[in-house]
Amino acid sequence: MATATASVAGGRPARVRRPASRHSLTKGPALGLGVLMVWFSLLVLIPLAAVIATAGEDGWGVFKDALTNEQTLNALKLTVFSSIGVTALNIVMGTIIAWVLVRDRFPGKALLDLVIDIPFAMPTIVAGLVLLSLYGPESPLGIEVNNTRKAVFLALAFVTVPFVVRTVQPVLEEMETDVEDAAASLGASRATTFRRVILPTLTPAIFAGATLSFARAISEYGSLVLLSGNLPNRTEVASVRVYSAIEGGNQQSAAAVATILLLVALVAIIVFDVIQRRLARRG
Amino acid sequence: MASTQSNVVGAGSPALKWLLRIVVVGYLFMLIAWPSLYVVRRAFEGGVSAFLDVLSDPGVTHALQLSVKIAVVATLINLLFGVGMSLLLVRYEFPGKRALSALIDLPLAVSPIVVGLALILVYNGRYGWFGPTLEDNGIQIVFSFPGMVMATTFVALPLIIREVVPVLEDMGDEQEQAANSLGANGWQTFWRVTLPGIKWAIVYGVVLTFARSLGEFGAVKVVAGNVSGETTTAPVLVQQKYQNFEQQTAYAVAFILVAFAVVSLIIVALLRPKDHKPARATATAAIQEKI
Repeated sequence: MATATASVAGGRPARVRRPASRHSLTKGPALGLGVLMVWFSLLVLIPLAAVIATAGEDGWGVFKDALTNEQTLNALKLTVFSSIGVTALNIVMGTIIAWVLVRDRFPGKALLDLVIDIPFAMPTIVAGLVLLSLYGPESPLGIEVNNTRKAVFLALAFVTVPFVVRTVQPVLEEMETDVEDAAASLGASRATTFRRVILPTLTPAIFAGATLSFARAISEYGSLVLLSGNLPNRTEVASVRVYSAIEGGNQQSAAAVATILLLVALVAIIVFDVIQRRLARRG
Repeated sequence: MASTQSNVVGAGSPALKWLLRIVVVGYLFMLIAWPSLYVVRRAFEGGVSAFLDVLSDPGVTHALQLSVKIAVVATLINLLFGVGMSLLLVRYEFPGKRALSALIDLPLAVSPIVVGLALILVYNGRYGWFGPTLEDNGIQIVFSFPGMVMATTFVALPLIIREVVPVLEDMGDEQEQAANSLGANGWQTFWRVTLPGIKWAIVYGVVLTFARSLGEFGAVKVVAGNVSGETTTAPVLVQQKYQNFEQQTAYAVAFILVAFAVVSLIIVALLRPKDHKPARATATAAIQEKI
């Protein structure tokens, strides 16, 4: 979860400027920490541990059942592949959007800045309904994607728009254009400058955003409920499988799929981190 | 103005500039802006009176009130937790701090459905780890208000901390130390020195938390179960109404939620420049100079 930690600190390296003094805990703050930790454990840590414990209660059997169940397997595949696709789209579009927001100036840009945050603030079920109104059965455009795999992709693309944009934007803002000028004056073409000077600087931010975007995409539920139709083996995603298992009273298999999802998120965080390091080294 | 001296990407080639503009505006318009605006049209299809009729439906008012109540309580809890935790993480040193700061972001990577599942596995009155004991003592969490508040608090947990921590780090603690050396006690230092410094970060975090809480769907749905209309929140009502072919009602409630989301964003946009404008303005100015 290295990326997650970094983003708590606002995307900057955690130990750049160590404040003059950090106090060790005295009685008052120690008590405060204790109270907050009890609440955090009761709310987050113990419940998440319960998911993993429930899934693992009878050994690997439950996981095997989950992974050999065709419907679950299809749901997991759809979730992972759509999320990879959407994340790739966000890497490209998010970087371009951030670029235009920082480097270009045109009337209405502030409005554009606002629009990007709408998916963050909009309730997920409403996001689904909103997309359904334009791309659903009564589409004024004649584009009907509801109950297809395209709908899954559309919904995931909608809810993940802000991630890459919002991580790349601040880095681009702080970037000095002098270096680019220097590269240009040394005869680098615009494309070369972009590839050799700008892109390497942006890579960590792009991948931090991509990681968040992927994690969000594999766990999405609300926006898909109305839009995708949840057709078994076709448009049903992993979260929906978990929900149906809960509804059916099969907590253990729900926990198994949930644990697999948590694992996928963890693996993704590690993979993105590795790719980013490789790219940074080459740049 | 149009000096060709600078080769800064994006400052040159008008063709590329226009291409990027059109791609970005087109993408965001088709994906976000148009659909969001279209909901307004659907909500008011039957005229304003039909819209108002929907809002006077007791089921709808109950769901909206319930959502607001849950969001208020969840936001207050996260406000206390968030500010306290941020201060501890930034100003104090203790074992396991890095791990804790990673764990705090965990709710962002967990599916809302898994959040709901996690809570019922622990707090369900029949089979949960703590549920039966709590129920014996007259405390019901799952299928009632406390559980819905917990689910909402869970999903919105990191938002305030993510806003406050960077501001606290930037601020440093020189002023706090000065206050201390002048004889201020812990509370005085917090109220007079620390709090004014992180005020806007807190406000921003609170608006985000409230907006997120009001719209939480998956986690609340799992924890609330199918217990009649008593535990139906506004987002859950949107789903029910749409699936019961009461689309007018679904769109009307959705419109209220969208309107609220957009208003929160505008509030935040108006508040935020106070902290960030200088940096952004100088960056833009620098680029302009070059053009």
